[in-house]
Formats: sequence, structure tokens, C-alpha cells
Amino acid sequence: MNTVIQLSYFAAAALFILGLKRMSSPRTARGGILWAGAGMLVATIVTFFWPGLENYLLMIVAIAIGGGLAWWSGKRVAMTDMPQMIAIYNGMGGGAAAAIAAVELAKGEFGSASFQGLAVLGALIGAVSFSGSLIAFAKLQGLMKRAVRFPSQQFINLGVFGAAVIFGLIVFAMQAPAGALVFVFFVLALTFGVLMTLPIGGADMPVVISLYNALTGLAVAFEGFVLGNAAMIIAGTVVGSAGTLLTQLMAKAMNRPISNVLFSSFGQSGAGEETAVEGSMKAIDATDVAVMMAYADNVIIVPGYGMAVAQAQHKIWELTELLEERGVKVKFAIHPVAGRMPGHMNVLLAEAGVPYDKIFDLDEINAEFPRADVALVIGANDVVNPVARTNPDSPIYGMPILNADQAKNVIVIKRGKGAGFSGIENALFFQDNTHMLYGDGQEAVGKLIQQVKQL
Amino acid sequence: MIEGFTALYIFMLAAFTGYEVISRVPVILHTPLMSGSNFVHGIVLVGAMVALGHADTGLEQAIGFVGVVLAAGNAVGGYVVTERMLEMFKSSKEDRG
Repeated sequence: MNTVIQLSYFAAAALFILGLKRMSSPRTARGGILWAGAGMLVATIVTFFWPGLENYLLMIVAIAIGGGLAWWSGKRVAMTDMPQMIAIYNGMGGGAAAAIAAVELAKGEFGSASFQGLAVLGALIGAVSFSGSLIAFAKLQGLMKRAVRFPSQQFINLGVFGAAVIFGLIVFAMQAPAGALVFVFFVLALTFGVLMTLPIGGADMPVVISLYNALTGLAVAFEGFVLGNAAMIIAGTVVGSAGTLLTQLMAKAMNRPISNVLFSSFGQSGAGEETAVEGSMKAIDATDVAVMMAYADNVIIVPGYGMAVAQAQHKIWELTELLEERGVKVKFAIHPVAGRMPGHMNVLLAEAGVPYDKIFDLDEINAEFPRADVALVIGANDVVNPVARTNPDSPIYGMPILNADQAKNVIVIKRGKGAGFSGIENALFFQDNTHMLYGDGQEAVGKLIQQVKQL
Repeated sequence: MIEGFTALYIFMLAAFTGYEVISRVPVILHTPLMSGSNFVHGIVLVGAMVALGHADTGLEQAIGFVGVVLAAGNAVGGYVVTERMLEMFKSSKEDRG
């Protein structure tokens, strides 16, 4: 039986790696998750036959509860809320890794000191990932104020972290760690996860979720060493390093080092000196925009999270189809950090039915803006603000942006005149070739559709 | 049991594998991929089952039970949302129903 179990774990590990590989191209991605899913199913089933196990009833009840709730919530969650859902599932994984460590520490039967050390380390990382992910969930779900800051926060966080490490070392050094000490260790680790996530603002949350994803992977790998489980070691480590890379890519897309996301607060530097923007915002009505777009050759649509909030993505796709019937070439330009998470806009557009080969990344599309007759900006703000290129004093200076300002005409659909998420005035709105179409995203696009139909 | 240096080698090779597998992924798949890798560390379920299976005292059973609940949530939830997202990605050449 043991050989069968080991072979199944081997197959599962291989399926995970192949599945992830397939998930990195849109053509094969759907197959990828099926492969990984098959691996998980096989690994779970054979584990029931692991020699010497008891508590089967508890096991089955627990899987039914956890799996059932996750199935139910996963099927129901709206695509706009996907980032916080991923955060919570990820936190559960971290919590499970910490729970494994807790059971092993309570038993106190480690083969060697290094296993005990890895169990403690995995527990620390897993617990931080668990409580941190819960805070990330609460923030994205709007249950909590965006960023909580208080005086000498950094020192308090450092103090709690130091205390968690010290208790971790004590637990590691004891032959059979006392329950109370283990308990204090876990409380400190969980507290640190909360404290670390509290000051981080909503815009930085994707980087944090991605980081916790990598950390959970690492925690799972460490507990895998403790249990001598190769599938956990390989899957956990692969996710740990892949997650680290994803975190770096996301931080790079926001033009901020990861340390900056974690330990500083956005908007505190330079935001005080507001540079006056020259020119004025010019309003336009839907009829004129419809004419402009219907007789254009090339249109680029720049959607932002505002579009998803207004649930305008279906209307946008309807408009696109109408324009294409008239022979207009329509492309979508997506900034890497548009939405609540890199790639989030792509998911939302895909939900509305936009084929992925019409959606272009920053590097692919930026050269095409000068040739575009109309750039339609809907619900995006900071990611099209040209001051990121021109004004070194601006807090977003240096961030790669979509060069929508270089299109012949720019139309911005916007609810009101206010500044964006970061509170920075957008120079694009004041340009000579920019016109503002005020109104709710869904309504405004609905009007455009009507007008285009009448032409 | 996987001992000392063997474990270290597995760790190193798996780390490079993860890095390489993801290195050329387009931004459009970042969210599903993060969700997918989130699903993959749901393998912690296997460990949680073993931990619960070995639990003797009531406290160990309770912690192990919570561990399995959480791990099952990670695995099932990660799968469901990733599958839902990837299901939607279609090329304009494909038939859309």
C-alpha cells in the first residue's frame, strides 16, 4: 500500500507542475486546472489509506464542512469580488499548515531537531498568512477601513514580530514544548499577521495577497518536511517560488519595491504639493461621442476598476460588437494593475464575453495609441495620468502608464470631477483633445449604444 | 521519511521549477494563475488529514479537525474559483455559446 501511496503522490506532484505550466497560456489554461485538480483528487483519496490513521469520521465530516462551504461560496462569488475570495482561501491554507504544526508540537514526537525547527517556522509563516489574509479579505470586502495607522506602528510591529520569534525559538528548543508556551507563540504570530496587514492600503492589497500566497506555499512545504510528505514539499515549494515571482511582477507593475508596499504608506510623500494643472475639463454629450466612434478607424478602450463597479462591462462589449459591425477596429488596453489585482480586468472582461485576443497589455498597445482615432477611458484614472511620465514631483512619477493621451481624441466616461483613488489630479482630463462624458458608466455606455444604432 | 540533504535538494529543484514554470506568463492570466497556485497549496489537505489521523487527545483532535476544515476549504474553493475564471477565457475564433 505504501508504494501505491508514494506513487500517487509522485503523480500528483507531476500533475501540479504540468497543470501550472498549462495555466500560463490562455489556450491551455482550462486544461491546466483540470490536471491539477485530478492530482489533488488522487492525492486526497490515497491518503485515506495512509497506514495507522484514525479519526476517519472526523476527517470526513471536516472535509464535508470545509469543502462544502468553499464550494458554495466559490460558485456564488461575483467576479468583482474574486481577489478577496482568493485571499480567504489562501488564508485557510496557511491556517491549515499552522494547525498541522500545532498538532505535531502538541504530540512532541519529532524525529530530529531540524524537523521541530521546520515545524515551528512553518507554523509562524502559516499563522501570519492566515490572520493577514483575513484582514486583507475584510479590507477588500469593505468590512474595514482601508488603512489603519497609529503612532510608532513600525516599532510595535517589530516588537510583536521579535516576541513571536523568541517564543518560536523557546518552543523549538524544548524537548516537549509546554502547551502554554506554544499557545502564546501562536497568539503572537497571529497578532503579527494582523498588525502587518493593517496599515496597507487597498491599492496595494494585490501585492499583499500574492505575498501571502507565496508564504502559505512555503509553510505547506515546511510542514511537508515534518510529515515526510513529498507531494506537500514539492507543491508547496513550487507555489512558494512561483508566488514570489508573481509578487515581484505585481510590485514591478506598480513601480514600487515590495519593501515599500509593506513598510511605507502611499500618498504620504509629495502629495502635499499639488501642482496646478493647466486648461479645463470639457464636457461632451453621448451623440457626439457616438458619431466620433462610429466613423473612426481605430478605437482603443481603456477600462478600469470603475467600469466593473458600474457593472458596465457587458454594455461595453455590446458597444464593441456594434462598432465592429461598422468596420471599426476595437482593441482593449489593460494596465497591469487595473482592477483590484493584476489581471483582474481581464477576468471581468472575459466574463462579459470579450475574447482574450482583443485585450492587450501595456507593452503591446502603447505604440498604437498615436494611431488610434479615439481612446475611450472608462473607470480608469491614475493608470492613464500623463504626469507619471512628465512630473517628477508627482507621487506616481515613474509608474508605467497607458499612453491614452497620445490618441487623436480622448473620451473619458466619469461620474464627476473628483480626483482618482490616489487623490492625484489627472492631467489627461485637461488636455485639448480630451472630452468628458459625465455620468454613471453603465448609463453612459447604454446611451452610446442607442446613438450608434441610430446612425 | 525524507532525510536531510535529499530534502534540501528537492526543495531547491522545486523552487527553480516554480520560478521557471511561471516566468513567461502573460498579465492577462495573473489572477487565475494566482488562484491556481493558491489551489495547488491546497495539498496541505493531505498533511492535515495525516495530522488529524494521528491525533490522540481531544485537543489534538480539535486542532486537527480545524486544520482539515481549513485545508479542504483551500483546496475546494481554490479549484472552484480558478475553474470558473478560466472557463470564461475564450478566443474570438472559438464558438461562444
